[in-house]
Formats: sequence, C-alpha cells, structure tokens
Amino acid sequence: MIALSDYLILGAILFSLSIAGIFINRKNVIILLMCIELMLLAVNINFIAFSHFLGDAAGQVFVFFILTVAAAEAAIGLAILVVLFRKRRNIDVDGLDVLKG
Amino acid sequence: MIETGLMENIYLTIVLAPLIGSIIAGLWRNQVGRAGAHWITILGVGISSVLSLYVLKLHAFDGQPVYNDAVYTWMVSDGISFEIGFLVDNLTAMMMAVVTFVSFMVHIYTVGYMAHEEGYQRFFSYISLFTFSMLMLVMSNNFLQLFFGWEAVGLVSYLLIGFYFKKETAIFANMKAFLVNRVGDFGFLLGIAAVAMYFNTLDYHEVFAMAPSLADKQITIWGDTSWSLMTVIGVLLFIGAMGKSAQVPLHVWLPDSMEGPTPISALIHAATMVTAGVFMVARMSPIYEFSETALSFVLIIGATTAFFTGLIGIIQNDIKRVVAYSTLSQLGYMVVALGVSAYAAGLFHLMTHAFFKALLFLAAGSVIIGMHHDQDIRNMGGVRKYMPITYWTSLLGSLALIGFPGFSGFFSKDAIIEAVHFSTIPGATYAYYMVVAGVFVTALYSFRMFFLVFHGEGPRDEHAKHHIKESPWVVTLPLVMLAIPSVFIGYLTVGDVLFGDFFEGVLYVAPEHDVLAKLGEGYNGEIGFIMHGIMAKPFYLAMGGLFVAWFIYMQKPQIADWIKKKFDMVYMVLEHKYGFDGFNQFFFAGGSKGLGNILWKAGDRFFIDGLVVNGSAKTVGWLSGIVRHFQTGFLYHYAFVMIIGMVGLLVWFVLK
Repeated sequence: MIALSDYLILGAILFSLSIAGIFINRKNVIILLMCIELMLLAVNINFIAFSHFLGDAAGQVFVFFILTVAAAEAAIGLAILVVLFRKRRNIDVDGLDVLKG
Repeated sequence: MIETGLMENIYLTIVLAPLIGSIIAGLWRNQVGRAGAHWITILGVGISSVLSLYVLKLHAFDGQPVYNDAVYTWMVSDGISFEIGFLVDNLTAMMMAVVTFVSFMVHIYTVGYMAHEEGYQRFFSYISLFTFSMLMLVMSNNFLQLFFGWEAVGLVSYLLIGFYFKKETAIFANMKAFLVNRVGDFGFLLGIAAVAMYFNTLDYHEVFAMAPSLADKQITIWGDTSWSLMTVIGVLLFIGAMGKSAQVPLHVWLPDSMEGPTPISALIHAATMVTAGVFMVARMSPIYEFSETALSFVLIIGATTAFFTGLIGIIQNDIKRVVAYSTLSQLGYMVVALGVSAYAAGLFHLMTHAFFKALLFLAAGSVIIGMHHDQDIRNMGGVRKYMPITYWTSLLGSLALIGFPGFSGFFSKDAIIEAVHFSTIPGATYAYYMVVAGVFVTALYSFRMFFLVFHGEGPRDEHAKHHIKESPWVVTLPLVMLAIPSVFIGYLTVGDVLFGDFFEGVLYVAPEHDVLAKLGEGYNGEIGFIMHGIMAKPFYLAMGGLFVAWFIYMQKPQIADWIKKKFDMVYMVLEHKYGFDGFNQFFFAGGSKGLGNILWKAGDRFFIDGLVVNGSAKTVGWLSGIVRHFQTGFLYHYAFVMIIGMVGLLVWFVLK
C-alpha cells in the first residue's frame, strides 16, 4: 500500500525539480514554460492524493480546473513565445532583461 | 416731531444716496460719461446733505427723540447679534451735517479741480463711496458697524492717496497710510474684542449702561499684573484713534497722504475721516470717564501732537504739506480736549476745524490750479492780485485757524485751552504749555504760508504771471460756502454746544472731570467770551505769531536764512520730522525686510524648498537608486525572490 506521504514526497520532489529548472536554466524559455507546467502537476498530485485519502471529490474537481487553466496558459505562453522569437530571433532567457530597473 | 418709521427712511436715504451715486458712477462710467458721473454723485450727496441738515434741525431744534434701532440683523451668534443699525442723536446729527456738507462742497469743487484729469469718474465714485462709509461710521449704533465704517473710510483713503497710481511717490504714500492705519486698527480691533468679551454685546447703549458696573473690574492679561478693564479698553480703542486721527507716533502717514488730489485732502485728510478718532473717543465717553489713566494717555499724546507737528509746519515749503501739518496739530488740540474730558469742546473744534480746514485746503488747491500744479510756496507770491476770491477766503480761513477773536476757530480753540487750564488730571500742566505754545506756532506757520503765497513779489516764474487767473466758479463757490461757516458757526453755536444742553445725554462726563461746567460758570454770552479772549494769553501769542510771520517773511527775508543757519541743529531735526520716518523706515520697514529675508532664506528656501520639497524628492531618488539594483529584469531572480518570500511566509505561519 502506498502511503499518503509517498505521494506528497513525489509532489515535493517534482515541485523542487521545477523550481531548480527555473533557476538553473539560463538558456531556453520553453524550458521555463515546461517547469511551470511541472509545478502545476506537482500541485495536482497533492490534490489527488489528499482527495483520495480524505474521500473528498472536491480536490479532483480542482485538478480539472487547474488542467484547463494550464492548457490555456500554455497556449498563450507559446503564442507569446512565437511573437518573441519573431522579434528577437532567439529565445535566450539571459537576453530577456528589458524590464531591468 | 416725525414718526419713527419715516425717520428711518430718511436716515436710510441719507446713507444710501451717495452709495448709489458711487456705484453708478463707478460701474457704468463709460455709459454715464464725465458729466453724468459728476451730476449723479453730486445729486446723491446733495440729497444726503439737505436731508442731514433737516435731520440736524429736527434733532437740535424740534426735539426729535433719539433714534436707536437696528435696520438689519446680519447674524446672531452665541447671544451677540451683529446688526446694521443707526443711533441718531445730536452728536450724530452734527457729524452727519458736517460730513455731508463738506462732501457736497468738495464734490462741486472737484468738477473744477479735476476738469482735465484722467479717471474723472473713478474719482467721483470714490468720494461718494467715502461719504457713504463715513456716514455708516458716524451713524452706527454698534461697534461692528463702527469698525466697518472705520475700515471702509480707510480703504477709500488708500485708494484716493494712490489716485495717481502711476506716480511712484503716490504708491509709496498710500501703502504707508495703509500700513500705519493697520497698526492702529490692530489696537482698535483688540479694544472691540475686549468690549465683546466683557460686555457680551456690541450695542453702544447696552455697553454704556453696563460700563459703571464694570468700572472697577480688574483683568489679568499676562503674568500676575492686573489691569483695569476700562483702561485697557480705553487705551486700545485710542490706539485705533491714533492711527485714524494721525496722532504721534502714528501720524507719519498724514503728510504723505498729500500725494492724493487736493479735494480729497480737504475732505478725507482734513475735515472728516481723520476726525473719526475724535468722534469715536467722544462717543465712548461713558467708557473713558472711568479710566483716568486712559484719559491721561489721550491727553499727553494729543498735547505732543498739537505742538510738535505744528513746529514742522513752519519749515515746510509744499503748500499742501503746510496745511497737512496744521491739520495734525489741530487734531492734537481736539484730542487734548478729549483727554481733559471736555468732549464737547473737542467736538466743537472738530466741527469748526472741518469748515475752515476744508476751506484752506480747497483754497490751496485753487492756488495750485492757478500755478499749474506747482506746489512750492517759494515759487509763489503776489497771488492776491490774480485770485481775489481765493485770497479773501484764505484770509478768513487762516484767521479762523489761528483763533482770531470772533472767528469760529477762536471759540473752539479757546475753550480747549481754558478747559486744559482747569483740568487736574495727570499731564494737564504739560498739555497746557503745549497747547498755549501751539497757538503761537499755528499763527506763525499759517501766516508764513499766507504771506509767501499771496503777498510780496511773484510769482517767481515769469511764465506763470501770464496764465495765472482766478479759478472757475465751481471752485470758488465752495470756497465762499465754506468761508461762511468758518466765520460764523462758532459765534452762533458756542453757547449751546459748549455750555448748553446740545450734548445732553450723549456725552457722559464724571462730575470731578467736568471742566466745561467750571468754564461755563464764568460764561456770559458770546460777546463776553470774545472780550475775555482778547485779554488772554492765546490771543497775544496768535498776534505775535502773525506779526513774526509778517516781519520775517515780508520785511526781512534774510532773517529766515539767518535763523536757519544759526539753529542748524533744530532745523535738521524739523527737516527730518524728528526722525519718525527715518526710524520707521529703518526699524520697521528695514526690520521686517530683514526678517523677511531671513525667513525667506532659512524658512522658505532652506527648510521648505530645500528640506521638505526638494529633500523628499531627493530621498525618493536616492532610495530608488538603491532599490533599482534588485530589479535585474531576469525572470529567475524574480522567481527566486518569490520563493524566498513564500518560504518566509511559511516559516512565519508555522512558527506563529
């Protein structure tokens, strides 16, 4: 039997991986987007695990919402990415510092 | 006897007719034109003048009861009501008649004097507005309206001194008049505030009725010193009068006010407005009678003014300034009369002075017209041949001024001198010497000017000899009309005003101060008064002054130069007007400029501009200069900060 804690640890590992991905990655914006998706999935695992173990279906409903929003977000993010690429001819994260104060 | 309702309408008409004239001439000056402006204002003041004389007749001869009522209540606040109301008794009726009559004459005179000037309509609008303000002042039945009138006449005075507003000296003079009057008004306002505070009403009659019960009240102002309430109120109100009636040391604005056109010098700065202070103190006699200290203060200030300003008049060479210093000196006489509780004598001198001083000013103006606006008396001379009417009326005015027996000024001035002689309040001896010596000085400067202007050789300028001629009838008519009362009014009214019951129930004089009653014991008719006057010192002094003036300036002109050289110091002191102007200019004007400079540099530029305004902007700039380093523009830095923040919040949440 897999315990709740195992699911939570899996979620935490995935979350940490995605954070590390955001920090360490200096190259590609697509990887950033993927890390954000991963973060959401880590959260989703927590939701599912709790929903299952507490016998409450509300957590699973949340997961559906999050998946929907994540899909929309990915679509918008990729669209912005395409525009960005057209403008700059590359998608290096290190080059994106025009918001610098 | 006329019923009260009708009287109220008459009073309102007297007050409002000049105001309406002023508004029409002022706001529709282009529509009414020059002739329209003088007709409408002369009509307004004429109505007011005729009705005032009628009111005087009703009150003085027909026994019309005193009118004291509010015509309009402005507001009521905490039991004190602020009203516009009229108190018309014999004193008011006399003042109304004097003010409107002189104003009427000056209106007519102005038609001739200002004939070729710019701003003709504006001038008429102002002098009518002045008449309205002055009537509001004298007819008031409460302190608030008194203050309104007080400030309104001050405003019009300011506007008229600066009538030639393109002239540098005129602007300086009107600013000076305004500022010096503010000093007086500050005291005046504090006095009114003290009345409102301790009497809890602003109505004259209520205040006067309560005055005896508060006579011994002591108040503390600061520390442990206690002051008599009556003294405090009396002195504060008198400070207001010192400003308005140009008493030492607040007299400095009056000579400079001669920058204004001559008609207003006659109307405002000789006959009416400057006597407002005298009127006010007389009106407040029920308050002053309870404070010997205040009376003594009034007396000493008045005596100082009467003598020392007269001395300056001797060395002035501007025809208008001589008359201005004479006005100061005569105002001093009136104030002296107030100080010895001879209020009736002060008011009597106010009335006679209004006529003969307005006459002298208008005559001076007539000479100025003849001389084509040259005001230096050294350039004049022999004007008698060219301007006979001006000459004769000036002579009558001057004789009235020096108190030649039988002329109006004689009765009033002699009464004041005698009253001071009888008085026992502190300072009376000093005041007596001052006013007696003042008689000689008055005669000297009056006839010095008179001889220099009208007699001898001249005018100095050859060109002037050809164009000098008698002024038009609109100028000479007022001279004649004013010369008549200047000669006769004293003789006609002395018995009733000074020793009769004219001011019965209006002026209150404590029995122990009542010098006029003592004087009245020896009074046996006008002729007796004249005979007594001829025997007395003042008459010989006046004649002496006249003779000295004639001898020095007509016979041996070199004496004047010799005296000037011999008494260089005295001459310098007089030339500098005892240094009042220099001191004010240095200490008050310079001091406030210096203070302003310090405040400007330390307060405004350093503190407000430097620290508060620019300082806060600089601080924000400096702070953001540091903070901007956190804003790298890199996404992962932002994400990192977010994580840190989240962790921080979590830690706080868990440990809490």
